[in-house]
Amino acid sequence: MRYLVGNLGHLFVIISFIAALLAAVSYYKSAQLEESGWKKNGRIAFFIHTAGVLGVVIFLYIIIYRNYFEYHYAWSHSSKYLPFYYKISAFWEGQEGSFLLWIFWHVVLGIFIIALSKDWESPVMFVFSLVQAFLTSMILGVVLFNLKIGSSPFMLTREVIEAPVFQINPEFIPQDGSGLNPLLQNYWMVIHPPTLFLGFAATIVPFSFAISALWKKKYTSWIKPVMPWSLFAAAVLGLGIIMGAYWAYETLNFGGYWNWDPVENAIYVPWLVLIASIHTMLIYKKNHTALRVSFILVIATFLLILYSTFLTRSGILGNSSVHSFTDLGLSGQLLIYLVFFTLISIFFLYRNWKKLPVSEKEIDVYSRDFWIFMGTAVLCLSAFQIIIPTSIPVFNAILNNLGIYSNMAPPADQIVFYTRIQLWFALGIGILTALGQFFWWRKMKSNKLFYEFAVPLVITLLVSTLIMVLSDIRELPLLLLITAAVFAIISNGITLIRFNQSPYRLSGGAVAHIGVALMIIGIVYSSGMSRIISLNRSGMLYSSDFPDEINKENILLFHDQTKEMDQYRMTYTGKRIKVKGNYFRRDQFLPASDPHYLVAREDIYHGNILSIPAGDTVKYNPENTYYEVQYEKPDGQVFYLYPRLQENPNMGNVVSPSIKKAAFRDIYTHVTVVAEDEKEWSDTEEIEISIGSTFFVNDYVASIEKFQRIDQIPGTALNENDVAVKGIITINGMSKDYQLEPVYLIKDNFAGRIPAENEALGVRITILNILPDKNSVQLGLNTAQKDYIILKAVEKPMINILWLGTLILMIGFTMAMVRRSREHTR
Amino acid sequence: MKKTHIFGIVIIAIAVMMIIITAGDASTYVSFTQAKKMADDGNNNKIHVVGQLKKDMSGKVEELFPSEDMLSVSFTMIDNEGREQRVYYNEPMPPDLVKSEQVVVIGSFNEDLFIADKILLKCPSKYQEEEIKL
Repeated sequence: MRYLVGNLGHLFVIISFIAALLAAVSYYKSAQLEESGWKKNGRIAFFIHTAGVLGVVIFLYIIIYRNYFEYHYAWSHSSKYLPFYYKISAFWEGQEGSFLLWIFWHVVLGIFIIALSKDWESPVMFVFSLVQAFLTSMILGVVLFNLKIGSSPFMLTREVIEAPVFQINPEFIPQDGSGLNPLLQNYWMVIHPPTLFLGFAATIVPFSFAISALWKKKYTSWIKPVMPWSLFAAAVLGLGIIMGAYWAYETLNFGGYWNWDPVENAIYVPWLVLIASIHTMLIYKKNHTALRVSFILVIATFLLILYSTFLTRSGILGNSSVHSFTDLGLSGQLLIYLVFFTLISIFFLYRNWKKLPVSEKEIDVYSRDFWIFMGTAVLCLSAFQIIIPTSIPVFNAILNNLGIYSNMAPPADQIVFYTRIQLWFALGIGILTALGQFFWWRKMKSNKLFYEFAVPLVITLLVSTLIMVLSDIRELPLLLLITAAVFAIISNGITLIRFNQSPYRLSGGAVAHIGVALMIIGIVYSSGMSRIISLNRSGMLYSSDFPDEINKENILLFHDQTKEMDQYRMTYTGKRIKVKGNYFRRDQFLPASDPHYLVAREDIYHGNILSIPAGDTVKYNPENTYYEVQYEKPDGQVFYLYPRLQENPNMGNVVSPSIKKAAFRDIYTHVTVVAEDEKEWSDTEEIEISIGSTFFVNDYVASIEKFQRIDQIPGTALNENDVAVKGIITINGMSKDYQLEPVYLIKDNFAGRIPAENEALGVRITILNILPDKNSVQLGLNTAQKDYIILKAVEKPMINILWLGTLILMIGFTMAMVRRSREHTR
Repeated sequence: MKKTHIFGIVIIAIAVMMIIITAGDASTYVSFTQAKKMADDGNNNKIHVVGQLKKDMSGKVEELFPSEDMLSVSFTMIDNEGREQRVYYNEPMPPDLVKSEQVVVIGSFNEDLFIADKILLKCPSKYQEEEIKL
């Protein structure tokens, strides 16, 4: 029965592949012959394809959800204890699953196209089906003439991994999966990939229309139906990118939301080009120019999506990226996919180039088209500047294949490298969105220019001067950027107010531009003005050879030690575990038989509220340790942050930040290094001291106060003749005192010793002997490394303006989309 | 000449400039000997050096010294040409450093010390687990 699920799944993969090919052929015939019979065949084939894809999705999910670890996909991406929402992320953690997600969205979009696009259906669906055939071939998992085509998600664990256990018992089923990558166990990873892939998928619609237009020589009528789709793609893809950035901010310890990592760049570039294509299509709609550019940009967007797929999935990025997929040996297939569609596009463009209608009108500098076109150029150049360095590994591979040795490496500091140049593009975009808006609504003459611009310019200068006075920004490029962004907000705001006739006429463009400008301001502050607050001039030298003093970006905190950092007094108050959403000490619980459960040792309070009554069993994740750090502000206010370390036996250790979110600034904190869990205890030091006197242990002052006779020792049955005493020892910690209670007992005439230890202080004390005649005691002392953390804390001002800007941008896209689709259907 | 042509020329000029900047800022993979020579010639570009930590016969890492305050670390690295080099890293020692089978340091020479701004570690493939636990 369990094997049936996989076999059916694989069968459905094959069915959906063949159906996609059949749909492509049928739709091709239908488009060529303009005949409804073939169109019907195409629809039937595409519906079969749809059913097949849905089947694959369902069967793969069953395998993951029901923990069928005999399947490699479930085994390598999921585990028994994974909550169901992370089982959804496990679905697309692997290459196969993420291809499947992409395929799934194409199917959904395809159905919309069939339902909505009338005359365009056959040629558009031909391109759709062709893409689907290529994509399903990636998960086909069929070997033809020694050639592996695709990698099936329904492979059995024993087919993928050679382990001796399978030779003994081929039916062996692993007890547990190896789990989801801890980095991906985050709620954003449940929604970010589907959003991103929907954005990916949506770019196929404009591409298919453009190719169809060239093929069927309907050079101009495609723009209208494509506009809403392009806006949809831009909104969804943009949202997906920002979600990824937010995930990186919350989960990774890069210290930010954008790292100019090749994977990020690879998806940001097509988005920029997509935005550019929307603008040229707008120009075309109003003025019938820029048709050729529109064709090129729409097609380029899709090809760049394929290129980014190739970059992230072929393994070519190798060491240069933090998060690329593991190589499944599909690079050849991916390359064919990319080259095939590139060649098709070039072929159609070349054949029709001369026939594309061109307007003979000269571009007027005072027309809005000129300024929008400038904006498009800036967007494209910005994309170009990003894609070139990102492709360095590709250039290396090409050169090395040609026999030329190349040792080029990506820029040493990506963030500095890209921001230094991209800043100027952002400046251009800020200014042009402002100018474009003025020229948008009326063709302006030079003599009126001054009056139109005077008011917004004056307001801009006032506002940005105010911002500059109030903030510490002193770098000229950042000041210019802020001014440009303020200018964009004000001019777009004026446009909105002035032309606010009806909600449907409201300019989504102006709203979107305000969003972009706010994002620029948010980025300038949160990144440009981000400040490492754990920075300290250590007075240390690199080496005795050269005398430069260096700054340290991390701070070392011993348990319960308080250090001044920036305006805060920081104390590391110990390790915590997370139970029911709150943080508790591990020693408040006893282990349960299942390692993912704990039993409360005592009534456990959170604040004043009884959170877990004694004896209750609670679920927790043993991989996670949280390090409680207390921040005390100068006014005495206290808040706690809980940076996390996740120790995953298969994936290694993962550090995640804890962020104090506030309206105007976030405090971002992560541990860099923590003390090792397994302590190496020193050799026993024996001392003899009298009751009441003090001694030193691990640099702490300690004293033994008294002895107490006890009647019960947990885990040991005491007889009438047995004697047990505990010593009460106080250790003066850095911020508070600790009590240690080692036990000495005489049971059945044998002496027993139960040492007491304090992990935080790295102290273990054993009562070796009690000497009543001398009123003294012999103690055995062991010491170990005190518990400590090294952490980094960064302040990110105004980051909320970035998220607010994103939201407004999305609203702008949606408004524009609604407006364009109304226009189209009218 | 039409305005569109000027426009096109300007865009191409900027694009070419981008390529030149990239080529200028792109780092390179070199050996310590080449890197030292570059530094001596006054070329302060940050470069990538690939190598391993110095290990003794039993595979234990040698000459690895975290600083007293644990906030920085210095170690000896052997590049692919076999040259030994002291490397200083002004960050706490990455926990996986000892386990790494390959190290890429990105930085530049300062006198005879290589200052790493960034360290990339390649650890025994933990993301592609090959073992089945019973």
